[in-house]
Amino acid sequence: MRVTVLVRPKAGILDPQGEAVQGSLRKLGFAVGGARVGRLVDLEVDAPSSQEAKAQVERMCHELLANPLIESFEIEVDGT
Amino acid sequence: MTGPTVAVLVFPGSNDDRDAAWALGALGANAELVWHAEPALPRDTGAVVLPGGFSYGDYLRCGAIARFAPVLEAVRRFAAAGGPVLGICNGFQILCEAGLLPGVLRRNRDLEFVCRDIRVRVERVDTPLTARCEPGQELTIPVKHGEGSWFADEELYGELEAAGQLVLRYAEDCNGSVGDVAGVCNETRNVVGLMPHPEHAVDPLLGSGDGALLLAALVDTARGRTLTPA
Repeated sequence: MRVTVLVRPKAGILDPQGEAVQGSLRKLGFAVGGARVGRLVDLEVDAPSSQEAKAQVERMCHELLANPLIESFEIEVDGT
Repeated sequence: MTGPTVAVLVFPGSNDDRDAAWALGALGANAELVWHAEPALPRDTGAVVLPGGFSYGDYLRCGAIARFAPVLEAVRRFAAAGGPVLGICNGFQILCEAGLLPGVLRRNRDLEFVCRDIRVRVERVDTPLTARCEPGQELTIPVKHGEGSWFADEELYGELEAAGQLVLRYAEDCNGSVGDVAGVCNETRNVVGLMPHPEHAVDPLLGSGDGALLLAALVDTARGRTLTPA
């Protein structure tokens, strides 16, 4: 089962990378009011149901894919 | 008489391991390089150093992958038994990701890779790294990192400050670290991490000898443990 994880810098946490991207876009002439840069992880998960897949990936996020001190995550299971 | 054994861990991508071993050797330790795949530390290990570098290419987050190295399990046992463990730069990042130290190291506020001598102030002298220092003493030690901005949220920061776990602070602007924190320790004070590189400052000929003050204290602690086994 295909599962996508989106990891974002938590709201309110300084994201210098996003600020640099925003600054660069503005230099190109785009009126960008804000940019935050996170990470996307596509996973192929072996699970009997999408609920089970989501539960597994949630554990993966807590244990490795995100650092809860500074990052939030969102899980999308394909077909749901 | 040979000095106490200090294990210097080597991960794929470590690059300050030899400098650390050289500096520890110059300060009287018997420094042994230990490959990350080793399941155990040398039998008479008195202290462990996780050196700087880019372990596992800094994949995912700095230090996030290194914590799965077999040798880290041995380090966890060593630390749990009260053994002194020091993480320098990437080693600090690894210890934070492994949950052995509080907080996390983020990308520097100004996105710059900072590479220069910097002044740090010793806040706590009751750790194996700072035992030879005076409270409030300023040291000049080089930093070289792109992701060394230490972060803890307000609640955690307050707890750490109250518990005296904020060991070193930058005495000048460096990277946007919360509270200008440059080094922290764990609750039991035997695990310490810092972003500056004491191993690059053990000889005035190289700009500063202040790092020797820190590493010599670690060697003292290692020697104490070797003489009186836990």
